Amino acid sequence: MSTTPVASASPPGPLLSITGLTKHFPLKGGLLGGRKGVVRAVDGISFDVAEGETLGIVGESGCGKSTTARLMVDLIRPDAGDIRLGGRRLGHDMSVRDMRRQVQMVFQDSYASLNPRLTMEDAIAFGPMVNGMSEQAAVACAHELLHKVGLEPRRFAGRYPHELSGGQRQRVNIARALAFSPKVVILDEAVSALDKSVEAQVLNLLCDLKAELGLTYIFISHDLNVVRYMSDRVMVMYLGEVAEIGPVDALYSNPSHPYSRALLAAMPSMDPDRRTHEAPLQGDPPNPINPPSGCRFHTRCKLVDDVCSRQSPGLYLQEQKGHLAACHIAIPGSGHKHAGQAS
Amino acid sequence: MSAPATAVSGAIEKSPGYWAGVGRRFRRDPVAMLALCLVLGLILMALLAPWVAPADPYRASMLRRLRPIGTPGFLLGTDELGRDMLSRLIHGARLSLLMGVTPVFIAFFVGSAIGITAGYIGGTVNTVLMRTIDVFFAFPSVLLAIALSGALGAGIFNGLLSLTVVFIPPIARIAESVTTAVRKIEYVEAARASGASAFTIVRVHVLGNVIGPIFVYATGLISVSLILASGLSFLGLGVKPPEPEWGLMLNTLRNAIYVQPWVAALPGLMIFITSVSFNLLSDGLRSAMDLKA
Amino acid sequence: MLIYILRRVIYAIPVAFGVSVVCFMLVYISPGDPLTSILPPDASAQLQAEMRRIYGFDRPLPVQYGLWLMKILQGDLGTSIATGRPVAQELGKALGNTLMLAVLATLIGFILGSLFGFVAGYFHNSWIDKLASFISIIGVSVPHYWLGMVLVIIFSVQLNWLPATGAGPGGSDAWKWNWEHVKHLILPAVTMSVIPMGIVARTVRALVADILSQEFITGLAAKGLLDRGIFGHVVKNAAPTALAVMGLQLGYLLGGSILIETVFSWPGTGFLLGQAIFQRDLPLLQGTILVLALFFVTLNLIVDVIQTMLDPRVQRS
Repeated sequence: MSTTPVASASPPGPLLSITGLTKHFPLKGGLLGGRKGVVRAVDGISFDVAEGETLGIVGESGCGKSTTARLMVDLIRPDAGDIRLGGRRLGHDMSVRDMRRQVQMVFQDSYASLNPRLTMEDAIAFGPMVNGMSEQAAVACAHELLHKVGLEPRRFAGRYPHELSGGQRQRVNIARALAFSPKVVILDEAVSALDKSVEAQVLNLLCDLKAELGLTYIFISHDLNVVRYMSDRVMVMYLGEVAEIGPVDALYSNPSHPYSRALLAAMPSMDPDRRTHEAPLQGDPPNPINPPSGCRFHTRCKLVDDVCSRQSPGLYLQEQKGHLAACHIAIPGSGHKHAGQAS
Repeated sequence: MSAPATAVSGAIEKSPGYWAGVGRRFRRDPVAMLALCLVLGLILMALLAPWVAPADPYRASMLRRLRPIGTPGFLLGTDELGRDMLSRLIHGARLSLLMGVTPVFIAFFVGSAIGITAGYIGGTVNTVLMRTIDVFFAFPSVLLAIALSGALGAGIFNGLLSLTVVFIPPIARIAESVTTAVRKIEYVEAARASGASAFTIVRVHVLGNVIGPIFVYATGLISVSLILASGLSFLGLGVKPPEPEWGLMLNTLRNAIYVQPWVAALPGLMIFITSVSFNLLSDGLRSAMDLKA
Repeated sequence: MLIYILRRVIYAIPVAFGVSVVCFMLVYISPGDPLTSILPPDASAQLQAEMRRIYGFDRPLPVQYGLWLMKILQGDLGTSIATGRPVAQELGKALGNTLMLAVLATLIGFILGSLFGFVAGYFHNSWIDKLASFISIIGVSVPHYWLGMVLVIIFSVQLNWLPATGAGPGGSDAWKWNWEHVKHLILPAVTMSVIPMGIVARTVRALVADILSQEFITGLAAKGLLDRGIFGHVVKNAAPTALAVMGLQLGYLLGGSILIETVFSWPGTGFLLGQAIFQRDLPLLQGTILVLALFFVTLNLIVDVIQTMLDPRVQRS
């Protein structure tokens, strides 16, 4: 649990680097249970995470956020793509076991994340013990972590999950993730199931821990406000691909991708003068089994042009804005009638 | 954790565990406690049979055949060879309980091992194991027990073997089903993300959460096993004369129903009482475990 | 859904093969030379040699299985040692008798069980429920062969209302649906119905209690549906599972009839099986078990398919 400043120790370059990550789930069907098709849950996404930052990931259900999270901790094996941590490639320079010690995850369902038969201290101590720590040391470590997440060990170490509230359980889950002294913590909808007041407390705890322990967060959520509060940069996903990625304030105030724009416009405002008059996004998201050709968003896009259905746009860095967007409009010379126009 | 941490000084508050809660709820259930007493009583009777029984269960006398209930000296009458029914019933508990409980006991371990392995590993291993189990499931249990016993021949060992084979498939199935369900829950995912070996994960996280339902199911099978085991002896498989065993006694007393019907019915009554007790016990256990601790 | 049905049928085929392998192996797990299992002890040396050739006892096991299987598929289930008649012939007669008994028992068990179960579930947690649950526990715990004996004691020995054994004058060959014959059917059928009744009662009770506690029932009641309407609704939702259980019970009865048929000397497949065991007549044993097991597999298949067709929620992957 080091508290040395991040900048001096780390090499330049991103801490976590994902390239071309792909996962297709086979669909069983047919007479003999053979493959009937694939669900293209995650299709060749690439992004970086710098050390010490919080990257938010947003998108509708089924866009592949959770699958991406699980791919990063190897709970699911990717079909293609690279994951690099600190420059070392998973599977080549770094074993899965090593990576699991450095990248940990906190799940959405606080109750299902805890073994109902284990006490809180046993649950937290499990990880360190697996990694070779003695039981005594592991339990001591567990107590210290409980204290760190704001749960008094004397009261909570011997309790079972059903005796804790949702917020308390989630703190335990955070403690459990921290027991590995990870560099990166992935928070997959970690506060989504909590009451708003509890959510605020847990978010503040996360911010404090990040500062104290020099952590890097990947914060997945469907709640755009929370993502804005927590993140430095944000990545918008749509149907298994990255639509846009950039610094959170810039992206929120001036989104490039039509999908990001629609998503942000859908956030209800507290201001009674700014009412929504028409739904910014029509229809349901198409099926990830048979995604639309070219740009996957083109079937729901208000600014669609011919080139959108023919060709898939790659992520393009817009220098002035500092974010990357996968949209033909952002790419000058792409063939789109509005190409190159910064809006 | 670079700096050595120290545990909290003084005791932490420990909550009662899951099984403590189960025990407490069980104790509050009058029917379940009654069933427990009955079962324990029967087991005790079986263990202490030589001391509890008033007479020698093997001592026959052609003069004293088929005496009715209430005969002085032979409280529950005598059987077709003049042996004291009460003593034979008490001694009969030994073999009947043995034949009833042992197969389920062994099948519990073997079936759980197969089912948990298939459930946790999944994939091809699961398919192969479960399909093989399904073949045995294709036989109604009575038929399978009789088929195996019939082929192997009569005798206690053969009977035990057949019954164990009969009970392994249902237990394996339940074990696989529960394990597959538990495996998908997030805490198992979290355990996998900790880098622990499969064996450790099963031992720490899976086992404690699946053993309960499997165990309750197995206790429910005991009464079936009892009836089946006695049934085998009733047919001439399983236990051989002159050993006292309730099912065998029903067999040999069959023709006596025209002479001393109620004496002839006694062994079956014992099977019935034992079976009901085990069923109520199993039900009580299930109720005690069903609610979230 | 047609695909599901087809897939289910195809899946049943390897199971059927597995069943045949188990039946085949029965002869081999039996102690002694397989030849003595299939021939009477006083068979001539010539006959022994011929049997050895036909069955291929000196050939490797898989080959023997293949030969045996081919004979089975041609309808030749072997010859009974005891009677000398083809097994298939003995089985044919016996199967009819057992079916008669089993179907009747299943119907009685299903009707009474559903009644008990429905009443228990409707008034669940009341004293009616406790009583009905108690009765169904008894139903499941009672050793049915003993119950048969007790009923015989009461109705035959003591009261002399009903016959104790057999299938009536003229036996099963001359069966007629008159009182002379049917009275032989009553005790065995009632005895046999007890276990299915217990199981059906338990299942129906759980179903009914579950359906009634679901929120959509509260919605129906709020809409002003009379009790009769709710009744119909409960029946519709409980029927598929209840019928499935009934079908399975029929299968179990067919396979497990040996005990009751032995008690009542009812000339069915179970009785045949008992005789085969007693006389160590392995071809008869093998053939009977094979047919009964395959019957069970087929019955399971039919029940599965019907349940899928009736209940749209049962969607298998």
